[in-house]
Amino acid sequence: MWPARLHVVTGKGGTGKTTVAAALALALATGGQRTLLVEVEGRQGIAQLFDTMPLPYEELRIASAPGGGEVRALAVDAEEALMEYLDLFYKLGRAGKALRKLGAIDFATTVAPGMRDVLLTGKIKEATTRSFDGRRVYHAVVLDAPPTGRIGRFLNVTAETARLAKLGPIKTQSEGVAAILRSPMTSVHVVTLLEEMPVQETVDAVAELSALGIPIGNIVVNAARPALLAGTKVTRAELRRGLAAAGLPDDRALVAGLHSEAAAYLTRQELEESLRAELAELGRPLVELPLLSAGVDRTGLGTLAGVLLAGGGGPVPDTLA
Amino acid sequence: MPPQLDADAILADNSIRIVVCCGPGGVGKTTTAAALALRAAELHGRHTVVLTIDPARRLAQSLGLVELDNTPRQVKGVAGGELFAMMLDMKRTFDEVVLAHTDPNRAEEIFANPFYQAMSSTFSGTQEYMAMEKLGQLRATNEWDLIVVDTPPSRSALDFLDAPARLARFLDGRMLRLLLAPARAGGRSVFSLMTAASAMFTKVVHKIVGAQLLTDLSGFVSALDSMFGGFRERAEQTYRILQDRETAFFVVAAPESDALREAAFFSRRLGEERMPLAGLILNKVHRVEAPALSADESLAAAAVLDELGDHTATAGTLRIHAALAQQTVRENRVAAEFRAAHPTVPVATVAALASDVHDLDGLRDIGAALTG
Repeated sequence: MWPARLHVVTGKGGTGKTTVAAALALALATGGQRTLLVEVEGRQGIAQLFDTMPLPYEELRIASAPGGGEVRALAVDAEEALMEYLDLFYKLGRAGKALRKLGAIDFATTVAPGMRDVLLTGKIKEATTRSFDGRRVYHAVVLDAPPTGRIGRFLNVTAETARLAKLGPIKTQSEGVAAILRSPMTSVHVVTLLEEMPVQETVDAVAELSALGIPIGNIVVNAARPALLAGTKVTRAELRRGLAAAGLPDDRALVAGLHSEAAAYLTRQELEESLRAELAELGRPLVELPLLSAGVDRTGLGTLAGVLLAGGGGPVPDTLA
Repeated sequence: MPPQLDADAILADNSIRIVVCCGPGGVGKTTTAAALALRAAELHGRHTVVLTIDPARRLAQSLGLVELDNTPRQVKGVAGGELFAMMLDMKRTFDEVVLAHTDPNRAEEIFANPFYQAMSSTFSGTQEYMAMEKLGQLRATNEWDLIVVDTPPSRSALDFLDAPARLARFLDGRMLRLLLAPARAGGRSVFSLMTAASAMFTKVVHKIVGAQLLTDLSGFVSALDSMFGGFRERAEQTYRILQDRETAFFVVAAPESDALREAAFFSRRLGEERMPLAGLILNKVHRVEAPALSADESLAAAAVLDELGDHTATAGTLRIHAALAQQTVRENRVAAEFRAAHPTVPVATVAALASDVHDLDGLRDIGAALTG
């Protein structure tokens, strides 16, 4: 289900891709592994999710997983990544600090639109392939990636930079990154809700990434609701009898209210079914994560991680019971 | 209790010429903008244009929009007024700006430059800037009674406010000049450390990115040089329009804590920028139809029916009702928190719909829900 080493999690804004990325990092750390959860957009979404202080540009332990595993988190910042890069290759030292004061670093990461993404993806590649004493430092790296609208551009760093930089280390670096992103080591998962816009963007993103030769992993349907009333017909007469049997008043207003709630639910479900079918046509595995009625807290993340490990799609836990 | 937002009063007010819908992604901003525009045209007889950024395909189709063509098209099937709609073409808008500020030969040179090509389609903030630029253009034609703008789904809902200044700063190119000027290190000024650092920086950048890239960059900067003033002026002009009384901002959000946190942030920011906030549109609000029955009672009754092993349809319905009742409680709580923290911001609520909107009737329903 999750064979890759670099898991790129994208999705339309508002679909919960940060939540899914965090749950996946937790799932893959289960059983004594170490994973790295990375964000690149400066939103501090991971810190908010785990209710911690804003993350620095440093790999810090953020959660432990069942069976002795751990999740570390990193907020990659383009400026910091550039400084690290310059320091590594050019030993800038104090001159680097002066440059930062001048705003030069900020400038350099803005000036060449592709450069920023080369730096960010370069850092991710480094973490994914890093080893210590001949062993991989991270079992898996999970990236909370830019949303579907920008993901193709973000991952397709070579095309963008090749146009701008035809020679030099930037070109070499972006080629190295591009090779990893197109290898079986990488898998891009798209998170969606069973709503029209997110599904449309999922379909578009899959087409775009396929055309770029970037491997697509699973489609994650987030916040799926349990399919109640499957195949049953709800009539007012049945509701009256049922309410009476349960010892509730079967007055008209109550029956009418419940009847229209059931009708709205079934309309919604029908729409969700057609969206699900549209997603199935993409030919990628669908993983369904349940809607957590209590919201997503640390316990909720654990639940979602469990569902991801099990491959999803199984019976949705009855969160209403 | 904060005041109720009266969207109709705003749409009917002839002194209001611009309505901006902003807020986090995924809350129905585009649909709300389209619904407000349709209502302004149909009910208030205003000659209206709606500028959408990235509409869902079927919503775009319902407005008769099939491609990005940057031209307002009349929407068919509008009763009693005229509504035009357009989708923003970011690249073309940028090209138009360049053409408006420079001679055709210079413009050709700019269009051919790889930096321009990258920036006009990928620079973060370009879409936001171009949306505001398009708004300025539409306003300048004086052709419309009312312009309704949807804002781009940004990393931050505020990007469209900041983008013009950021782009102007970028194009002002002090750093660009520093980078491109031949390094003249040495000298005894107090700035010598900085000069030495920047000389080193220039050298490093040369090494990393290569001379070819710098040549392109240099060409780009000198070609744009004549336009800096124009860019800045336009950005400032648009900013002033947004502060004017003729503009009304609607913050659109869903009753969820993340969305409302962003809406709160936005309300504060508009206040700081002295931009007129008309109110909050709370979209996708759930409502119970059988309020007499609480979530707990409903779940208990469903459990009784499970025991009896009969009435599965009623048991299922009771669970649906319980989930809805729980959701309503949560939504009411976060909405109440927002109202308490922002007692002067008028609020309107729109009920969640069972299906997505993709025709004018759906937009009419939303418009009606919004205003009463």
